[in-house]
Amino acid sequence: MGTILEVKNLKKYFSTPKGELHAVDDISFKIEEGKTLGVVGESGCGKSTLGRTILHLLESTSGRIIFDGEDITKVNKKKLREIRENMQMIFQDPFASLNPRMSVRETIMEPLVIQGKLSKTEIEAETEKLMETVGLARRLADSYPHELDGGRRQRIGIARALALNPKFILCDEPVSALDVSIQAQILNLMLDLQEERKLTYIFVTHDLSVVKYISDEIMVMYLGQMVEKASSDELFRNPLHPYTKALLSAIPVPDVHAKKERILLKGEITSPINPKPGCRFAARCLYATKRCASTQNVAEISEGHFVACHAAVENKKKEEVKEL
Amino acid sequence: MARDAKSNKPKSQAIEIMKRLAKNKLAMLGLVVIVLMILVAVFAPWIAPYRFEEQNMEAVYLSPCKEHLLGTDKLGRDILSRLIYGARQSLRIGIFSVAIGAVLGTALGAVAGFYGGRTDNIIMRILDIYQSIPGMLLAIALAASLGPGVNNAIFAVGISTIPVYSRIIRASIMTVRDKEYIEAATAINASDFRIITRHVLPNSFAPLIVEITMNIGNSILMAATLSFIGLGAQPPSPEWGAMLSDGRNFMRDYGYLVIYPGICIMASVLSFNMLGDGLRDALDPRLKN
Repeated sequence: MGTILEVKNLKKYFSTPKGELHAVDDISFKIEEGKTLGVVGESGCGKSTLGRTILHLLESTSGRIIFDGEDITKVNKKKLREIRENMQMIFQDPFASLNPRMSVRETIMEPLVIQGKLSKTEIEAETEKLMETVGLARRLADSYPHELDGGRRQRIGIARALALNPKFILCDEPVSALDVSIQAQILNLMLDLQEERKLTYIFVTHDLSVVKYISDEIMVMYLGQMVEKASSDELFRNPLHPYTKALLSAIPVPDVHAKKERILLKGEITSPINPKPGCRFAARCLYATKRCASTQNVAEISEGHFVACHAAVENKKKEEVKEL
Repeated sequence: MARDAKSNKPKSQAIEIMKRLAKNKLAMLGLVVIVLMILVAVFAPWIAPYRFEEQNMEAVYLSPCKEHLLGTDKLGRDILSRLIYGARQSLRIGIFSVAIGAVLGTALGAVAGFYGGRTDNIIMRILDIYQSIPGMLLAIALAASLGPGVNNAIFAVGISTIPVYSRIIRASIMTVRDKEYIEAATAINASDFRIITRHVLPNSFAPLIVEITMNIGNSILMAATLSFIGLGAQPPSPEWGAMLSDGRNFMRDYGYLVIYPGICIMASVLSFNMLGDGLRDALDPRLKN
């Protein structure tokens, strides 16, 4: 299977009264068809902005987005409609992302109505099929979002995203607003759908246990930049960037006696407005030295394992020397 | 939470609002008067004892008596009958002028609020200029330039109230615009028109409903004023403001000529205002229970 989505040097800056806010700064990655890329990072690191820029809900400042072999960085309205039929989104908050005055049926059928390719009866039939696919009982078709629980609401959101039969779905923290027990149901549903329909996901989240469960590859973001990217197993087994290490050490272990060494980060997250050149994590990094004032580009340390850190690259070089 | 599959939000919400409204005695009084007025207007030919333009030169300036419960005017026309037919005129003026103002005002306010930025600035600054002319004065100027007549009065009153609606709908759209379901609608290719009409407006209508109700009363009053100064309804039309105008020269001797139409205008305006006040309270979710 080929690459379905490729992002090259994508940047999204917002101009604010204080200066340019670098929400997404020079991010590049590829996703294989049918795979899931998890994007993790703390609040405000630009992970949601990244997703929205790919979907053209926000216009990129510079860089390129290539979807299914086609450059879609700059597109006209007609083309955009076409692209969006193949790229859909599942939203974070199922309470806020559903119009409170539209019934379940109306919400799910809306993409099909807008697309205007099917007749009324076909749309009705398709809507029922979609509800079945995501596990919504038919009797709920005329209910309104406020009458349903979070899990059911998120199923509506998923059904709506599936309606146009897209190839790619951006999941923006789809389970973070849900109870833990329901999170698992929704995640399993999403995995089943992926298998059935060969979907490709970008899964944005701050929940590391969720991302490990669902992702093939994981990208860690810090202040708009990619600091590390590797396959899910590799990242959890061998995190190289100090920030990734700190993140992973924050995962709670379900054992009261376990004494776990936690890496506690000191200091505040630096401002994303007009950031200084060099490593953005340096101010909080335990291993920071002078060289961190110069930018370390993302380097491929081992196959598929990318990291942007001077120390990590240097260690790798030392190892190679030893082996020789 | 309702488990019944048949129950749904608009219905249950409407019922809840009606229940809260029903607790408000003043609003219910207003509603009763309005309903009575509508019934009277619809069934005027059957209720009124005489036709409104029927003259009887042998019975001019009669004080209220058995044959003419509210007396007669200078041409011997039955005041009660004229008031009954007048309800038709006043309601028509109130409803149509508000419809003109609300539709145009909503469209402008929706565009301004949804697009924001320069579009918003241009529309709202024009409306600012518009609003710097007092509404009544604008209506008088419009009615004067269009010429007297009920339809022109409706148009003049409607046009002069546009900014009020625009401001209200703009404000409530700005709070809805950034909701996630609007972004979700964009993501499924909904056009701007569809987003505004299907997603934004239905969620920002509550304040508009209140304003519309209140403004029907005001419009009736404005139209009556126009008629009073001779720019609205023309004789023999039984519009209440025109009746006031007709009777004002004789009001020292025959006070009932102006008292009854005055009461009618006051009662209708007051009723719409009380209902509007009640609706505002009922629609405010913070005042639940």
